[in-house]
Amino acid sequence: MKQRRQVAIIAGACLIVSLAASALLLRHIDQLRPQATLEDVLYLNSPTVLKRLSLGYNGLLADIYWTRAVQYFGFRHHSGAESFNLLAPLLEITTNLDPHLTAAYHFGASFLAPHPPDGAGQPERAIQLMEFGIQHNPNDWKLYYDLGFIYYMNLKDYPKAADAFARGSKVPNAHPFLRLLAAQMAEHAGEYETARMMWSATYQNSQDKQIRQNAVEHLRGLRADEDITELQKLVARFGQRTGQLPTSMSELAAAEGLRGLPVDPLGHPYKLTPDSRIELTDPDYFPFATKGFAPGYKPPQQFHYDQP
Amino acid sequence: MNNRIAHIASNTFREAVRDRVLYNLIAFAVLLSAAAIFVGQISIEIEKLVVINLGLTAVSLFGIVIAIFIGIGLVSKEIEKRTLYTVLSRPVRRWEFIIGKFFGLTGTLVVNTFFMAIGVFGALLYVSHKFVRADALIFVALYFIILEFIIICSLSLLFSSFSTPLLSAVFAFSLFVIGSFAEDLRGFAAMTHGFTRWLATGAAYLIPNFSALNIVSSIAHAQPVPSQLILHNSLYALFYAAMALSGAVIIFEYRNLK
Repeated sequence: MKQRRQVAIIAGACLIVSLAASALLLRHIDQLRPQATLEDVLYLNSPTVLKRLSLGYNGLLADIYWTRAVQYFGFRHHSGAESFNLLAPLLEITTNLDPHLTAAYHFGASFLAPHPPDGAGQPERAIQLMEFGIQHNPNDWKLYYDLGFIYYMNLKDYPKAADAFARGSKVPNAHPFLRLLAAQMAEHAGEYETARMMWSATYQNSQDKQIRQNAVEHLRGLRADEDITELQKLVARFGQRTGQLPTSMSELAAAEGLRGLPVDPLGHPYKLTPDSRIELTDPDYFPFATKGFAPGYKPPQQFHYDQP
Repeated sequence: MNNRIAHIASNTFREAVRDRVLYNLIAFAVLLSAAAIFVGQISIEIEKLVVINLGLTAVSLFGIVIAIFIGIGLVSKEIEKRTLYTVLSRPVRRWEFIIGKFFGLTGTLVVNTFFMAIGVFGALLYVSHKFVRADALIFVALYFIILEFIIICSLSLLFSSFSTPLLSAVFAFSLFVIGSFAEDLRGFAAMTHGFTRWLATGAAYLIPNFSALNIVSSIAHAQPVPSQLILHNSLYALFYAAMALSGAVIIFEYRNLK
């Protein structure tokens, strides 16, 4: 009995040591072959074949492929990759396996449509995905909204965006906002106010923390762009009126009757550069602004989602 | 059910429960339910879907594996251990032995499914924090899974009544895979002509239709199940199992056990 226990203890210790050693070695091997564990390979890229192989358990397989798509995009986005070649096929497989998996349309399109590094830069594939989703879920008004959103934001195709919103507004129980957006698209496409409406709607209609934070970032960027445009006009007017450019923001504020120093949406004052350009004090917090950056400014790869 | 069938069924149930393989599979199912929670956390907006899909798929697949691997040994093991002679030397008819084994195995799977279902609902409560009316549809999916088990058990017994355990497992598993393609086979039959059509149509109706019983994906999206489908699937499973069991009884009645 005692001998048996000794053998068991030695074997147990040997097992633990061997397990730890093999895990340690595997980590070293992974470091030697950094891409080996996350190789971008789709061994089976036919949704039809995969559906057959699932033996009817296609719902679970769709969940697995959707998770794989999320992980693929997440890893590549995190590493600042410029290409997302497998994203569209992964989403195509996911939605073919389970055409009612609406999360794959909503989020998949937002992964596909924006330009790199924010997305895959494939708005056409995003539109195909949304149309496929609408075909299989014709009563989901959010899909029409997402489709219009891609046309508006990524392709600047305002008539098609208006058409998508108008189609969505006819769906039973559609958000009344869609009809408003369709009308707004027809008259005021490309204006700040329209963009603000779109992002506000995105914020209100999503429960996902990151999507909402992304909408907040965009709204913040829009507000900064609008402020800087207005302030730049004031600088020009000051110059025309006095024959010289303002030397400080306080001088500009006093001359133009502004209530205090103008501040960005985060409460930081805007800067007036010696060459009379308006700049953001902390541009890292405005990843989606298009104005107010110092010449040569390079935005960080990671957005400040945790900022107010 | 007469007493002799009930005794054989209860002994089959006890034997299956004592089987370590059965316990391991239950543990695996519980682990899968736990994995469902983990997968839900690394994906987006599909936590509940994953729990339902993975949970019900695990219930179904583990049950089918149990049904096949226990079912194929029900007759052959009794012959191998020579316990069958003891049983049949008592006033027990051969058909009672087959039917008793069937009820015992089915009962085991129902109990097994019950515990797995508790795991699925527990995981569901964990991710959703509450139950909604649509969650009741999971009971329909579980019921259909039990109907699958009834068919598989009867098939395993049918094969077990005349073949070796290994071949029985191959036959039963192959029929499960082919049965998952039953609708495709019927579509193929409709496209053919002449003798091929006759043959394909015959095969399509002979193999069990598991595709109609698999509603996991639609249940995950809370799509309602027509009551007609529930009724027709129930009758289909009962008739199919009766057919397979009748075959098993006929073969076993004429089998030379010497």
